[in-house]
Amino acid sequence: MSDYAGVPGVVETRESFGEVTLVVDPARLIEACTVLRDDHGFNFLADIAPADYLGWGEGPVAGYIGTAGGRDLNDPGSRGLARVPDPKPKRFSISYHLLRVSDDPARVRIQIWLEDGEPVASVLPVWPAADWFEREAFDMFGFRFEGHDNLVRILMPEDWEGHPLRKDYPLGGEPVRFSDED
Amino acid sequence: MSTLPSTRVYEGTRIPSPVPTILEVDPEKHRLEDILRVNFGPNHPSTHGVLRLVVDLDGETVAGIRAVIGYLHTGFEKNMEHKSWWKSVTYAPRMDYVAFHANELLYVLAIEKLLGIEVPPRAVWARMAMAELNRIHSHLVWLGTSALELGAISLFWYCFDDRDAILDLFEMAGGTRMHTRYVQVGGIAEDLPPGFVAEARKFCAQMPKSVDEYEAILDRNAIWLERTKGVGLLSADDALALAQSGPMLRSTGVDWDLRRNTPYLAYDEVEFDVPVYGGGDVYDRYRVHMDEMRESVRIIDQCLDKLETTEGMPWIADDRKVVLPPRHELHTSMESLIHHFKIVTEGFTVPEGEVYVAIESPRGEAGCYLVSDGGARPWRVKFRAPSFAALQATATIVQGLLVADLIAAGGSLDPVMGDADR
Repeated sequence: MSDYAGVPGVVETRESFGEVTLVVDPARLIEACTVLRDDHGFNFLADIAPADYLGWGEGPVAGYIGTAGGRDLNDPGSRGLARVPDPKPKRFSISYHLLRVSDDPARVRIQIWLEDGEPVASVLPVWPAADWFEREAFDMFGFRFEGHDNLVRILMPEDWEGHPLRKDYPLGGEPVRFSDED
Repeated sequence: MSTLPSTRVYEGTRIPSPVPTILEVDPEKHRLEDILRVNFGPNHPSTHGVLRLVVDLDGETVAGIRAVIGYLHTGFEKNMEHKSWWKSVTYAPRMDYVAFHANELLYVLAIEKLLGIEVPPRAVWARMAMAELNRIHSHLVWLGTSALELGAISLFWYCFDDRDAILDLFEMAGGTRMHTRYVQVGGIAEDLPPGFVAEARKFCAQMPKSVDEYEAILDRNAIWLERTKGVGLLSADDALALAQSGPMLRSTGVDWDLRRNTPYLAYDEVEFDVPVYGGGDVYDRYRVHMDEMRESVRIIDQCLDKLETTEGMPWIADDRKVVLPPRHELHTSMESLIHHFKIVTEGFTVPEGEVYVAIESPRGEAGCYLVSDGGARPWRVKFRAPSFAALQATATIVQGLLVADLIAAGGSLDPVMGDADR
């Protein structure tokens, strides 16, 4: 883990399940990525994986499915957790999964934390592969990647409202055409 | 990593700028009033599903291109967040519906990494045999359709004949031909039936001969060679920058295969070679696919040896908090009945944490990022789809091609739109 001591902007380094995560200050993301690519040989951006932690760890800790109010499989608070998970620093995380394609393969995860509406720099200048990954992250979560010249929806229709993978976006919540409510 | 000496596919980079996935018409090379914009798809038969290419044509030359995806987006990841770990496994194979077993395996491996559960050797060998059968299946579909698009209709039927033999094996093992749902957290859903190994051996004896036949049909066909050699060029540097993986990457001379470089399952215990070619064109992608089918047969043969020696040994972990108890115990054991009931209704819980697991699917690096809050359902599921990444290279590989070559080049990316759109 000390291998990554020289990476700028790292606020926390942790290792779990055999994977190294570098939590990076969002303002210094590009710096950190450039150093990892040039000095550590991470030439392959495998994926950009955002997550929304709205409602993380909330609700009663129950030993069985359901809450005191009843049994509701779709209520995030009724998961029957054994313990309340540790709180997260901010609502959203974006994880950049890097891979070193060489004789000495390695993987590292860069993670940044953001509140809703906080801008984040695009890593497209570092790895061109970030293009569609960032478009998908914008489409599904609504992040504004600054410096991305074509930040438009990729999977959802262009005129879609909302960002489906946010936790406050309901499952089955899309408007149905020609239904009685029209 | 050794790159072959012949990797000078072209000088410099061809990735368009500033947007790497959009090739704009260059006004210095083309007269803008001559440009005709054509929509290729989303319902064109040779787009491997519902891929739309917006192509700017100057005569028959491709001057600009933009790939549009999302027509098959069904919100798998969102749906999986709302299902228990146990039930969400069903979604994984339906994303990449050609490499269904690989996706299923990937998702289960990620759950198992969070759980820290140990899988018995027999299950590992069965999973590997299935994964390699699935690789051949996927490559056969690729080969058949790619050749079909370039006019070699008969090959399509030959490929689908052999593909059927693989589906028969899947049906024999799991009861279904596709989307087998054969991989279970902790092992496999059921032990391999008697006679499976013998049937699989027959297939392994037949398959290399079939590959020879396919090669005889294509490699002596002037039209095929003419239309694939030197078409759809991609250099090693550009391939890495665009996160290309699998046969795409290996056709550019990069000697990289997750099965060998970062072994999972028991790939470090079997012998196989990683085919690498340096031309970076459609023909070399075809060569990689053909060689991989032969290598997969080698791996399957070794897996079958191991399956024979592990006959009668456990095929699923003995962890009653995660794995369903044997059916017969439900009639005699109260504890087993309770465990069965709890796993089916509530589902098992998975320790809090986040993991990223990647395997070599037939299309390249398929990755799965999982976040668990310690509950019975995934908090976040994110798949790294190799088809999604491959399609990002469209604007790089089609430069200067004719419309007809677009079919060959696009097909060589081997995109499965269910995988790209999820």
